[in-house]
Amino acid sequence: MSLKDEQTLRVVLYEGGGSQSFENDRRYQAMSALLDRGYSVTRTTVGGRVAEDGEQPMLVLGCFGEEAAGDLQARAEPRVRLKNASRLDVVAMVAEADSFRGETGAAAQGAWKPWFPVIDYDRCTNCMQCLSFCLFGVYGVDAGQRIQVQNNDQCKTNCPACSRVCPEAAIMFPKYKAGPINGDVVSESDLNREKMKIDISALLGGDVYQMLRERSDKAKSRFSKERDSEKALKERQKCLVKLAQAGDIPAEVLMSLPSPEEIAKRALEAKAKAEAALKAQGNTP
Amino acid sequence: MTRPRVLYCHCAYAQVIPKDVKESVLRSLCDSGLPFDAVADLCEMSARRDPSLKTLAGDGTLKIAACYPRAVKWLFNAAGAPLEIQHCEVVNMRIETAADASLKLVADTLSPNLPPDKSGPSGS
Repeated sequence: MSLKDEQTLRVVLYEGGGSQSFENDRRYQAMSALLDRGYSVTRTTVGGRVAEDGEQPMLVLGCFGEEAAGDLQARAEPRVRLKNASRLDVVAMVAEADSFRGETGAAAQGAWKPWFPVIDYDRCTNCMQCLSFCLFGVYGVDAGQRIQVQNNDQCKTNCPACSRVCPEAAIMFPKYKAGPINGDVVSESDLNREKMKIDISALLGGDVYQMLRERSDKAKSRFSKERDSEKALKERQKCLVKLAQAGDIPAEVLMSLPSPEEIAKRALEAKAKAEAALKAQGNTP
Repeated sequence: MTRPRVLYCHCAYAQVIPKDVKESVLRSLCDSGLPFDAVADLCEMSARRDPSLKTLAGDGTLKIAACYPRAVKWLFNAAGAPLEIQHCEVVNMRIETAADASLKLVADTLSPNLPPDKSGPSGS
């Protein structure tokens, strides 16, 4: 099951009609513990709203009194559980959430560190360099041949390499340490900085930037040049080592790279995908 | 005028937001008496395309305590829940002090600060 298909549990700290308020410190401790555990939490008051879609399971914790909680539960949808939290300490509140999550089959959040590229479409020129660079199938195209992130969870944690090959600094990793990759404003100096411009021509065996500049005039695909696959493999590895030396690719990522044969195969597949998308855009003669 | 909704991101799976800032902002929200939504990690919500993001994006004015506005804008977009530029303010806990961030979140007024769309409305 993919991430997108999994339901998650929301916890509501209910402080509206029929319930007493939580004491401030208790509310904070509960919030903090539930968030650390990966749950979304809503604190609602009279007339307050809950950000939910009407389908996800929901645990409502409130200081109702046992009788009122029972009455309310009898009227609630099956996906909603009401629990009198008057006598629950924070540990017990988290345990209630864990228990209900288990019963409903909702996802356990936090098992995967959410590290993946986020595309800034205000900057992206749909050049497909990210797609042709990534060996892990993170990128794809939508029905309109626009680049998109399709498999977030295949991205290698802490590796921002694809953002380095983007000529427009359009790829962000919000959890990255520094700008503009972390989402900070992109400046001209960022674009010009040597560090930002890992020369993708070294990966693809040609002057891709020059080709990009000439693309609209000559209506050529940047992938039109034949290249030696062994050379391309060596150059890709060289680039990855360069990024690793700059402290941008964790050793674990380099260690988990597939075999040279597999890299060559995936590189060809990625190249073909990018080429097909560019052709569909009408960028080839 | 309706008070803006508040969404707080706990950025639970990374240390990019100073812990003391997160804790202090969360405590301020808890002490404020305001209703608010909190998520463990906005990045994870986006990756899951969590439908609650659509509810938040499409329900009037919204203040988001998280990280850089450009990142937040496109995280919502990636989840199929584009934010309304004029109706959203992002409070960046990576660079704001806890006191400033808290003040901005509990204020009645909204100061939209998402990067403007380059070519029409965002959306995927």
